[in-house]
Amino acid sequence: MDFELMANSLPKLLGATVITLKLLSVSLIIGLFIGLVFAILRLNKNIFLNKFAYGYSYVFRGTPLLVQIFIIYFGLGQIEYFRSTFLWVIFKEPYWCAIIAFALNTGAYTSEILRSAFQTINPGFIEAGKSLGISNKIIFYKIQIPIAIRQSLPAYGNEIILMMKGTSLASTVTLMDLTGVAKYIISTTFKPIEIFVVAGSIYLFMTFIIHNFIKFLEKKYSVS
Amino acid sequence: MELLAFGDTGWGDELFYATLMTIAVSITAMLIGFSFAAIFTPLKLSKYKFLNLTANIYTTVIRGVPELLVIYLFFFGGSGAIMFVASMFGYNEYIEINAFVTGSFAIGIISGAYSTEVFRGAIQSIDKGQFEAAKVLGFSKFKQFYKIILPQMLRLAIPNLSNVWQITLKDTSLISVTGLVEIMRQSYIAAGSTRDPLFFYSFAAVLYLLLTFLSMKLINRLETKYSKGY
Repeated sequence: MDFELMANSLPKLLGATVITLKLLSVSLIIGLFIGLVFAILRLNKNIFLNKFAYGYSYVFRGTPLLVQIFIIYFGLGQIEYFRSTFLWVIFKEPYWCAIIAFALNTGAYTSEILRSAFQTINPGFIEAGKSLGISNKIIFYKIQIPIAIRQSLPAYGNEIILMMKGTSLASTVTLMDLTGVAKYIISTTFKPIEIFVVAGSIYLFMTFIIHNFIKFLEKKYSVS
Repeated sequence: MELLAFGDTGWGDELFYATLMTIAVSITAMLIGFSFAAIFTPLKLSKYKFLNLTANIYTTVIRGVPELLVIYLFFFGGSGAIMFVASMFGYNEYIEINAFVTGSFAIGIISGAYSTEVFRGAIQSIDKGQFEAAKVLGFSKFKQFYKIILPQMLRLAIPNLSNVWQITLKDTSLISVTGLVEIMRQSYIAAGSTRDPLFFYSFAAVLYLLLTFLSMKLINRLETKYSKGY
């Protein structure tokens, strides 16, 4: 074990962790919004919207994240027309391409988590709301959404951890995130084990924090 | 469409073989994962704290660290580790391991961590009475496991194992970074030489979708077969 190398690489890896955290937080926020919209579409009675939302989550959950990033980063730039639109400002940056791919991916998983949470709400709660004369809109915002969020916390916590691991794929589109920097140091020093231990510990530490934060939220919002 | 032609003019046959490679790596990795699970599941359920801890470290580390990082560890560290072991036996030549072996092993270890959790959950959710009944009827330990616990465990584990299979199948796309020519790598090569990444990556996505769709159909059939008695 080369402890000196481990100590020397720590600041570089910690610097790269900032990028990993940025990628993670931005894509989670966008993904949560996408997930909520598609979960609501899934519960819609309109067959077309319903099928559309199902197709979206099926495609994004059935293909590897790597393919999704490559299509967005390498693929979209190929369309001439696309390059002339204002969207090109966003899509030429690997950073935004990665975020868009992550957000669409986590959005698909989140929509499934939220959908099942909405579907498992005890119908008694909604009936109770109705019999109290509360409007459907308020039932949705004040009863269904809070219960669904509480129900989906454990599964969403897993999704956050999966997404954190997913951000490592940003290194395949030239971004120097934690995995990207780790790979760079490994390929220049040929000391894979040392770097794996340091970078792996940083990832595990983040997993630990996320896990406990979700546990804390679960406890805070538990019904009993 | 002519890009997908078989033979020298198109990429059809290359992509077809790449798909077979993806399937081969996934199945090998899944089997390696099962053998890891066969070792670590008993450790997880063991009453000895130390054994528990070993198994917990394995599943926690592997499930908390990105797959890509594990693959890099094996890709850069794999031949070094083997050469180190070989040097202890007096063999000092350079050893290069094949990308298929490194890749399946890396994905197998990851898949094994998930399988371990699935099997642990399945065994724990078997009714306690089943264990007691097997003991009371005087089955040997070996028979208790093979005739009573294993069949029930498999039935409970199949739905979750199908998730592990999906994860494993999708994770194999990451081995493309080591140069093994599976769907992703082949699409990368084809996209580079035809300058048509959009088409080839979209086609790769279709291939993966097809694989997940077909394997789900197959697993569903298994599931109904094994839950006949219920």
